[in-house]
Amino acid sequence: MIERWQKWRHDRRAVWATYIALAVLLAALPFLTGEVLGRGWVRILDFTLLYVMLALGLNIVVGYAGLLDLGYIAFYAVGAYVYALLASPHFGLHLPFWALLPIGAGIAAVFGILLGAPTLRLRGDYLAIVTLGFGEIIRIFLNNLNAPVNITNGPQGVNLIDPIAFGGFSFSQTHTLFGLSFPGIYTYYYLFLALALLIIFVSLRLQNSRIGRAWVAIREDEVAAEAMGINTRNIKLLAFAMGASFAGISGGLFAGFQGFISPESFNLFESIIVLCMIVLGGMGNIAGVILGAVLLTIFPEALRYIGELQNYLFGRILADPADLRMLIFGLALVLIMIFRPAGLLPSVRRRQEFGSDASVLAQEQASLYDARR
Amino acid sequence: MSGPRMTHWTVWAFILALGLNACGKKEETATGATAGETTVKIGQVSPLTGPQAHLGKDNDNGARLALDEVNAAGVTLGGRKVKFVLVSEDDMADPRTATIVAQKLVDQRVAGVLGHLNSGTSIPASKIYFDAGIPQISPSATAIAYTAQGFKTAFRVMTNDRQQGKVLGEFAVKQLGAKRIAIIDDRTAYGQGLADEVEKAVKASGGEVIAREFTTDRSTDFLAILTSIKAKKPELLFYGGMDAQGAPMVKQLRSLGIQAKFLGGDGVQTSEFLKLAGAAAGDVTASSPGLPIDSMPGGPEFRKKFTDRYGAIQTYAPYAYDAAMTMVAAMKMADSPEPARYLPMLPRVERAGVTGQISFDERGDIRGGAITMYRVRNGKWEVLETVMGDAAADKK
Amino acid sequence: MDILTQQLINGLVLGSIYALVALGYTMVYGILELINFAHGEVTMFGAMISLAVIGAFTANGAEVNGLVIVAIGLLAAIAVCVALGFLIERVAYRPLRRAPRLAALITAIGMSIVLQNLAMLIWGKQYISFPPLLPLTSFEVGGAVITNLQIFIVTLSCLLMAGLLLLIKRTRLGRAMRATAQAQDIAGLMGININTIISLTFMIGAALAAIAGVMVSAYYGLAHYHMGFMLGLKAFTAAVLGGIGNVAGAMLGGLLLGLIESLGAGYIGTLTGGFLGSHYQDVFAFFVLILVLVFRPSGLLGERVVERA
Repeated sequence: MIERWQKWRHDRRAVWATYIALAVLLAALPFLTGEVLGRGWVRILDFTLLYVMLALGLNIVVGYAGLLDLGYIAFYAVGAYVYALLASPHFGLHLPFWALLPIGAGIAAVFGILLGAPTLRLRGDYLAIVTLGFGEIIRIFLNNLNAPVNITNGPQGVNLIDPIAFGGFSFSQTHTLFGLSFPGIYTYYYLFLALALLIIFVSLRLQNSRIGRAWVAIREDEVAAEAMGINTRNIKLLAFAMGASFAGISGGLFAGFQGFISPESFNLFESIIVLCMIVLGGMGNIAGVILGAVLLTIFPEALRYIGELQNYLFGRILADPADLRMLIFGLALVLIMIFRPAGLLPSVRRRQEFGSDASVLAQEQASLYDARR
Repeated sequence: MSGPRMTHWTVWAFILALGLNACGKKEETATGATAGETTVKIGQVSPLTGPQAHLGKDNDNGARLALDEVNAAGVTLGGRKVKFVLVSEDDMADPRTATIVAQKLVDQRVAGVLGHLNSGTSIPASKIYFDAGIPQISPSATAIAYTAQGFKTAFRVMTNDRQQGKVLGEFAVKQLGAKRIAIIDDRTAYGQGLADEVEKAVKASGGEVIAREFTTDRSTDFLAILTSIKAKKPELLFYGGMDAQGAPMVKQLRSLGIQAKFLGGDGVQTSEFLKLAGAAAGDVTASSPGLPIDSMPGGPEFRKKFTDRYGAIQTYAPYAYDAAMTMVAAMKMADSPEPARYLPMLPRVERAGVTGQISFDERGDIRGGAITMYRVRNGKWEVLETVMGDAAADKK
Repeated sequence: MDILTQQLINGLVLGSIYALVALGYTMVYGILELINFAHGEVTMFGAMISLAVIGAFTANGAEVNGLVIVAIGLLAAIAVCVALGFLIERVAYRPLRRAPRLAALITAIGMSIVLQNLAMLIWGKQYISFPPLLPLTSFEVGGAVITNLQIFIVTLSCLLMAGLLLLIKRTRLGRAMRATAQAQDIAGLMGININTIISLTFMIGAALAAIAGVMVSAYYGLAHYHMGFMLGLKAFTAAVLGGIGNVAGAMLGGLLLGLIESLGAGYIGTLTGGFLGSHYQDVFAFFVLILVLVFRPSGLLGERVVERA
């Protein structure tokens, strides 16, 4: 099977045909979904794309550079708040969208460096708890900076945020093109898709670049990497900054899309879910990370139909669907990890490791995340 | 592909397929007719999982009871017999999930939405309902911002923070005679919103806020903040937050030997609070929007029916019940369950609900906003008095 | 001055609860290098089980001494939690012992979600109140107040922690646990049954968690299926502060975190001239944690991180 796959991969025509089919599918997806499943699912698609961007950002930090980050959602929050404060009646500022995204990404990157700088010496689980703490600190500040000077409007959140717009083209309105009607959630889909593709492209390019290889080197053996002349400090900070900037972009889009943000959207559980996405999908592998983000956004929503499933199987509802939803979600996490410990689509490196000797893997893992070495 | 992996995928595919199947079915039964009877879907959204699940379930039960009663009595709209179906969704108290769920309800062409429970979820969702022209009545969102957005589809049967906060603050100073007042809030949209308004009202009534402390809606230990409050010798402590924190807080207050009076909002005026605080609940005062349920027409009956079916009322079930009944009343006035038809009727509804007289002002807030003060006596909430919300308070 | 004494007492009680939960994290970490995210949930189960048993007793109106009922509830909680600890390890962690560490972290998170929702299904969504079975008396100490329950909690925690230290340092089992933590393969070669030792570690941790759970619900008078999350998070922070994997470190970290929180909430306003208030209590705690880790990258009592040469 693998051989056939390899052969197929090298057939250029087949590859192009796949790309074109994929492009058509992605372009038609909101319409297909909207027709078959309803607009609610188009909104879920929009969020899925936001999570794809978030997961790819975290993948740089955790998957490439091997720095376990449990406070990643803080950068998403920073991006969202930058957008909200600069484009809402809260301060009466209404900056244009093209300026907002880079500012959000930039400020998020600065926060990434701020987090990275004091934690350079930390490894593994110590890094995890410090990043977790950092994420909580950001959230607590956002939640409380409404006094003595009202900056974030505290727990009440920021409302009436400007929708994303290019010049006169507002993404939140319904547009008609070639006789097709594009409601706001559809146009947002295309915008998010474009940016997600951009981030995928950047991630792909980074993977095999000098920087990407330096990250892998650090992940594998920091001391050896340093001996090879890699400036580990700068390279680590770059990973934090890069990952954070992706989250900043994603956060800005979230703020513009929702029109309202409050600190409760940026809690620890969100950080954990994004981490689950990349581990479950396959850390370090872009396709895997995307798959993880897609599954973990869609699966909990699909589980809302458990009521119907029960009706279908047993003819009546045995247990409250809402009660079972998260239970099944948790079980799915456990089962997937037990059956696919390297993720659903492991990176090539990890697959090799798994195929070979388990002890080699254990050793490699130890060097990756062991705080005591 | 190996065996176990294969089965794994089939399970997922199966679940998704069923999801598809279920959605497909949904389309045709918007307000479609089946054998002379029209089915009208009403959405209900609240957190059914997570730390606030007990409150969410309570709202769900309240709304369910109302629609069951309406169905049992039989309603005819536009010459056809109507059966109401409650579509309950879980927003996990999360703003993002709230918008997904809102969109989903719009897809299912619900005729109206009862919810959401929290302000933080009601606000982002209200935009989606507004765009779709679907009326939304929140039983429990109190943030001023909710109805201040100018959406003519957004209503609530609960007083807002300003209405309730003003009454509470004045009551603390004037009726309870406290001059030195400490305020704690739980840093949620609800707790902070209410506490800020109480602080303003206390100051306006000539009281002094001697300490402002904070906790979270997940905390159980308040000894540290209570100890620093103790040093300032307060006569009264106001807590803006829910019963699950309020009850241990009042216990710890007493265990530290602080004799200050304890005052709370509607989050504290619950049967749960009495259960959790036990003996320490003695002499606690708290407010609840609306009139005392037992003195309302149909009130005691509601309480009995609800408790028989679902057990003790948590907090907002009567408001969810009223929200549902109000929505149905507007449909009856318009003689139609179509949102476009009955929406203009909502502002004209005047009815006696179980929580008080219900009518909306031009923004969708409840008019007048009577607020009843309760005190714990012998392990029960006892009515102290009903304060009419100052008409000026809900303007501004 | 009496305020400071009071804050110290508050912190001490809170800290000894954190310490007891933190021990479970640190023991599992020490031996498997796994953050057992589900540990907070085991604590919650302890509280819930004890309340269910106590509820059954009080509902029948049996004329039994309150203390006896609580003791029975506690024993039931320990029994169930030990079984739960064993099961969690067997089902969720053992298959992943040789897998990437992050995979085990995700199963731990999954397990935590499962247990939480299971508890919600079993015991419902309401808060459950702890019946006032224990007669409460207060004592005055230098202007501060301390209750008998608080004294009991601190004493019991100290006894348990001392017992655990003895177990680890002085008994054969303890030696086997330390050997397994040092090098699993070699410990296995020395005739130690690693699986048994790991199971036992989980079970001891779970027993401590059960006791902590019962103490928490009795102290605060309530239990809820969601209570394990925050408690677990705080205890985990405490374990890292003390140096995760180090039993004495967990105790120190727990007590310190309790004190930091109390003093932070009490004095952060005065320290910053009123700019930051008690809403920054957790910020203060995390800030201290970060500061400690910056200067001692493996916690207060953790082994030094030796850069490989």
